[in-house]
Amino acid sequence: MEMITRGGVITEPGNSMENKTGSWRVFKPVINYEKCIRCMICWQFCPEPAIFKVKDEEEKKKYEAPKDAIKRLPVPVIDYDYCKGCGICYNECPVKAIDFVMEER
Amino acid sequence: MKNQYEDEEFFAPGHGMCAGCAAPIIVKWVLKIAGPNTIVVNATGCLEVATTAYPRTSWKVPWLHVAFENAAAAASGVEAAVKAKGEKTNIIVFGGDGGTVDIGFQALSGMVERGHNVLYVLYDNEAYMNTGIQRSGATPWGAWTTTSKVGEANPIGKLRPKKPIAKIIAAHNASYVATANPAMFQDFKKKVEKAMSYDGPRFLHVLSSCTTGWRHDPSKTIEILRLASDTGLFPLYEIIDGDIENMRITYKPKEFKPVEEYLKMQGRFRHLFKHPEYIKKLQDDVNAWWEKYGKHYIK
Repeated sequence: MEMITRGGVITEPGNSMENKTGSWRVFKPVINYEKCIRCMICWQFCPEPAIFKVKDEEEKKKYEAPKDAIKRLPVPVIDYDYCKGCGICYNECPVKAIDFVMEER
Repeated sequence: MKNQYEDEEFFAPGHGMCAGCAAPIIVKWVLKIAGPNTIVVNATGCLEVATTAYPRTSWKVPWLHVAFENAAAAASGVEAAVKAKGEKTNIIVFGGDGGTVDIGFQALSGMVERGHNVLYVLYDNEAYMNTGIQRSGATPWGAWTTTSKVGEANPIGKLRPKKPIAKIIAAHNASYVATANPAMFQDFKKKVEKAMSYDGPRFLHVLSSCTTGWRHDPSKTIEILRLASDTGLFPLYEIIDGDIENMRITYKPKEFKPVEEYLKMQGRFRHLFKHPEYIKKLQDDVNAWWEKYGKHYIK
């Protein structure tokens, strides 16, 4: 058993990332980048947070977009290690660019 | 103005909050706006239990938990220590409705009265959700909980209205008090920024849905919260320096939606639909509130 620290102090900030809560998921949100307008509402409301913003110029080019001009904007990407599949992103997406499908493992 | 820390996360994933819980949305945005120079004090509640299961934590800022009833007292001590050291650090308390309007109320009242420079954020999911959905002082009239059960003897559920905690704290002459709703995102963000810009005791009453206790589909969290303000049931206002007469309503729906739209999405209100008169009572209460206070809406 690990030694308990004095006062129960945890000295490593944010180490809950060792818990891969993606295993909780029953339904899985999938972003269709050819429809995604990069409004970032999914990122804004993700409670984990399991949606991150890709800002790197080279990385951004890897994602489809409805228009070339949209490719300049940051891209929301789901981290399935942590996504619990609540579906808030799917429900809130204003252009219905997110599918919510049964998880298969 | 774009917030400097908007793209950083000070709240890490891997926590045990339920899928679809609104509390982490509130927390992550308060921390993004406050930035890394922040100390968080947490009352006992879902947030505390689920984000700090030893030996792991979701917090990337210094974080302290003492007990259920004394988050505001602990924060007062932290603030006094920071002040004594001559440092400028944001002190933020997160407490649920149980830890704020009931159990932690005395400590909170004292903290505000003594004038500590602390921002207290109440995430209000309207019952003791962590221990199994018991009624709290913030549970609204007509809601089912495991201690306001619905049956032949009591077809209503909770028989008393919600405590007006924002007004109670404003009556202590807190420098900034506001009600907010993460679904009304711009208004919510503006209020957190505004609260950060004031000195002295500040209080944010933020509505937070609970998929387990409100009995709704996790994907509907934001939709339901939005309806809370669009039906007028959870009005959004701010009160500065305790001036309740001049409170400012910051959001008024162009057209109010009927309260049924909010109620029908949640299992905790399902029994009300057998009695149209109860739904009418809730609608009448909302109408009366807006009749009385609607003039405080300023664009």
